[in-house]
Amino acid sequence: MGLVREIGATFAAFIHALGSMAIFLGRLIMYTPAGLLRFRLVVQQVHNAGALSLVIIMLSGFFVGLVLGLQGFDLLARFNSENVLGGATALALIKELGPVVTALLFAGRAGTALASEIGLMKATDQLSAMEMMAVDPMKRVVLPRFLGGVIAMPLLVAIFTAIGIFGAWVVGVALMGVDPGVFWSQMQSLVSMDDVREGIFKSIVFGVAASLVAVYEGYTAWPTAEGVGRATTRTVVITAVSVLILDYMITAALL
Amino acid sequence: MQQTRTVELGTGLFVFLGIAALFFLTTQTTGTGMGRVETYTVTARFDNIGGLTARAPVTMAGVTIGRVEKIELDPERLDAVVTLQIDRRFDQIPEDSEASILTAGLLGGNYIGIGAGGSFDALRDGDEIFLTQSALVLESLISRFLFSQSEDDNDD
Repeated sequence: MGLVREIGATFAAFIHALGSMAIFLGRLIMYTPAGLLRFRLVVQQVHNAGALSLVIIMLSGFFVGLVLGLQGFDLLARFNSENVLGGATALALIKELGPVVTALLFAGRAGTALASEIGLMKATDQLSAMEMMAVDPMKRVVLPRFLGGVIAMPLLVAIFTAIGIFGAWVVGVALMGVDPGVFWSQMQSLVSMDDVREGIFKSIVFGVAASLVAVYEGYTAWPTAEGVGRATTRTVVITAVSVLILDYMITAALL
Repeated sequence: MQQTRTVELGTGLFVFLGIAALFFLTTQTTGTGMGRVETYTVTARFDNIGGLTARAPVTMAGVTIGRVEKIELDPERLDAVVTLQIDRRFDQIPEDSEASILTAGLLGGNYIGIGAGGSFDALRDGDEIFLTQSALVLESLISRFLFSQSEDDNDD
């Protein structure tokens, strides 16, 4: 009996969190036009979420590309079709690995920073202080961080993907001796504009999801040291799971 | 002041790199080839298209000159109507040319090969290619082969 009640309570809590997150997103979207007017705050957050993530994104992208090139070469060599390496790696990076891996890295690098920053502001009563000065913390603190993440994400995905393709090129052409002309021409004949659009669409959706989870978890964190820590952990877990689920749904819808 | 400068520099660099990467992805990795090229459309009817799909290449003498735009079933004549988009540069294709569905390699995809005819009139936008050759379906080939074998046996 206790088990049933527990499952029911967990389910109710899940629905409750989903609903309050949706309302939170609705408020953020409503404030967005006003938030874009405070452009400097948004730029500052694009810097925090994007420019500071640049090194880890580029490094990861390069190594993902290297591994993909190596594994792809090994796999394709068994079918005597190493020539399609360029197209295969580019498709994998543009449609799947670029958006998904970037979103996971974003959750770890920028999402945790956002959640703990907002959570700590709440724990140290900075948000209440703003409210007392008639400054809405949603507009002053949460919204610029959300917008910064949403703007930064597609750019990060594009950088990750481009560097990943370069990594695959390094392995395929420079190390394994695939003909460079064939590498590019196979890529160009295999990848269509729709594939690139799918990747960009995914990166925008993931950017909204990852940023929303991070600011929501930070804003609703318990104002204690433990609560902030827990919000940070939840940010990574929820972002990872929701990005993977969204990825499946988008792929199924667009295929 | 120094701090804002660093932020601006970092953000500027980030946005620049991002847009450069987007530009690279949209222009360099995709075969936009037919996207912006001026094309004209012709149709061709086939009894059986085999594994032909939209976006499959249309070739002449092995050179890609266009793409399959769409494939539909004619509800009355019950044959496949294939719409081809051909690059405007190749507007000298004789109107009695033959279109056949071919297979690239043993397991490769299907494509349409156009064999030049002898007419002096060229194909125009909206024309139909009347001479067509359907895809070779392996099963029907095998059954035809077996059938002719048994007929040979009967003759003896």
